[in-house]
Amino acid sequence: MNNPVIHGEGLGKSYRRGALQQSTLLRDHLSKALKSPLSVFRRAKDETFWALKDVSLEVYEGEVLGLIGRNGAGKTTLLKILSRITRPTTGWAEIHGRVGSLLEVGTGFHPELTGRENTFLSGAILGMSKREIASKFDEIVTFAELEKFIDTPVKHYSSGMFVRLAFAVAAHLEPEILLVDEVLAVGDINFQKKCLGKMGDVARAGRTVVLVSHQLNQIRRLCHRVVWIDGGSIRMSGLTPELVGAYESAMSSAKHTLGRNGGAKPAKARFVSWKVVEPQSSFSHRIESVGPVTISFRLEVQSVIGHGHHGIALYDSDQRLVWAFASDDLSFDPGIYELTYRFPFFPICPRSYNWQLSLWDENGNLDMWEALPELIVAAPNYQHPRDEWNGFLNVPSDFRISSTKG
Amino acid sequence: MASAAQSNVALPLPTGVSATVRIEPPRSLLELRLAEVWAYRELLYFFVWRDVKIRYKQTAIGVLWVVLQPVLTMLVFTLFFGRLAKLPSQGLPYPVFYFAALVPWTYFSYALQSTTNVVVDNQRLITKVYFPRLILPISTALSGLVDFAIGFVVLAIFTFAYGIRPTLAALWLPVLLLLGVFTALGVGLWMSALNALYRDVRYAVPFAVQFWMFASPVAYPSTLVPERWRWLYGLNPMAGVIDGFRWAITGRGQAPSLLLLASSAMVALVFVGGVFFFNRMESTVADRV
Repeated sequence: MNNPVIHGEGLGKSYRRGALQQSTLLRDHLSKALKSPLSVFRRAKDETFWALKDVSLEVYEGEVLGLIGRNGAGKTTLLKILSRITRPTTGWAEIHGRVGSLLEVGTGFHPELTGRENTFLSGAILGMSKREIASKFDEIVTFAELEKFIDTPVKHYSSGMFVRLAFAVAAHLEPEILLVDEVLAVGDINFQKKCLGKMGDVARAGRTVVLVSHQLNQIRRLCHRVVWIDGGSIRMSGLTPELVGAYESAMSSAKHTLGRNGGAKPAKARFVSWKVVEPQSSFSHRIESVGPVTISFRLEVQSVIGHGHHGIALYDSDQRLVWAFASDDLSFDPGIYELTYRFPFFPICPRSYNWQLSLWDENGNLDMWEALPELIVAAPNYQHPRDEWNGFLNVPSDFRISSTKG
Repeated sequence: MASAAQSNVALPLPTGVSATVRIEPPRSLLELRLAEVWAYRELLYFFVWRDVKIRYKQTAIGVLWVVLQPVLTMLVFTLFFGRLAKLPSQGLPYPVFYFAALVPWTYFSYALQSTTNVVVDNQRLITKVYFPRLILPISTALSGLVDFAIGFVVLAIFTFAYGIRPTLAALWLPVLLLLGVFTALGVGLWMSALNALYRDVRYAVPFAVQFWMFASPVAYPSTLVPERWRWLYGLNPMAGVIDGFRWAITGRGQAPSLLLLASSAMVALVFVGGVFFFNRMESTVADRV
């Protein structure tokens, strides 16, 4: 587990900005040369643009590493360097083991060929040997649910069928190191889940996976460790729950800083922070057991409130309501308060959630707070080992079989 | 559930892909990874297989096209260059004279043109997955050989029907074919790399191939070329290949001479240069196409 299978040192990739816009027609070069004969000797303005700069990383054997970051941050460039599609401008990397890369679904598929022929072709292009493909062929076809159509040219497939076959081939690629770019975001939701399950199997079988995804839930489910890339370099790296949390709050604080009542009038009261009191852990916004759990919210009150109403709601990251509660007839004097909730059980599925708190008086809303940072539930999973059989509740259960006579 | 994942753990590494790979900025012009091309030979096979499959699938009459093209050209040549212009044919019946040249020429023209376009046509693949790019031009040069084989069978039947029996000269055929393949591949390497830089090349090459045909003894015997210009003519490797082909099939006409040696040297030069030029382009091609 402790051998780095990927070791990168100071990796950088620069493009000349001019080069990207440079015409590929000789005509344009000629006409330019005719207009200003000296320009041929002048290099196009060397505006260098670093898509990736000084990135060093180590990926260990059997690890599932997630790469996150905004569009254009350099994630795909890094993946392309590691999969040898493009060469770095600076730095070096060493990779130990057989690499498979999956940068798009359906690489090498040809519409005129049948499903069977494409399976072999795409498999070979992705790095499988002919023998390997032949031995997995039935499994691939079953996985894609295309038994009846495997000898039909792919051009007659529906887009769903195409994606299923393409992914089935890719999912059966079993290199020692798998580099995956945002390809799980295709197909219908059930098939996606099936693929995620397959990827999970790959990871559990001890292979190393580097995964680029914008879907933070996928990252949470699959990755042990996450590297956050921003503006071409590594902004942060660490264990998945904290890192994804930090990333999400950075993204949402960029979005929501103006989220509460505009800040125009001096608020009578406002929520300022929250934390997990019980169980104690080194992370104050993370719960690592299914209960008991105590959460407290800090409220700053500026002037007297009578007949107050307070509401709380817990949403999951898809904005589905998980739990809500309300209290009436509250009165506060100016000061700082801790509003504490104790839950004997907190059996919800491990992922990220958001608290929403509100405070009202007779005259209307005083504060409405989308609590930051988000809540991360990282309790042990007591559910089915496969993702598609994981529900909302994470309840420990006791299973027993007893025989009853008669 | 997990059995699917475990069942293949013991699979061997595929065809000799080295276990440790070092990724670095492109450094030396002379850095070739030819061993890797060999390691990926199975993919080369699949590319050839794909080309051939698709070529015959998309057309209504499939294999017939391969035969029809040189046969029709032969008929036109026989009529215009033979019957009307009365060009000499080294004592061979016109149809045999032309067909024996058109079979290797058709291969060459197809192989050169498809090799020119192979990098651009596969740009999607090139930007999404790694393999030694050299495999692409090699695969197109090889897949043309399937057409050639079909054409050659027709040529053999044809020659036989005209009562011409093979001689020992036929032993030269593999050598001549090899020279033709390397000519197409050597020039094709330059053109496909240039085509990735300037798309004009795509339009220029078919023209060039047409001129090249008239600079080769396809429609006329090379004996028409004045003696003192022969050496220059010999620098065109296809002149040697076509002349040689006619001779090897029929046992008549120009036997390979020292000129063929000069042609071979020329081809070797173009080919080796092409490999390096292509290789240089390879390291940046994914950023360009």
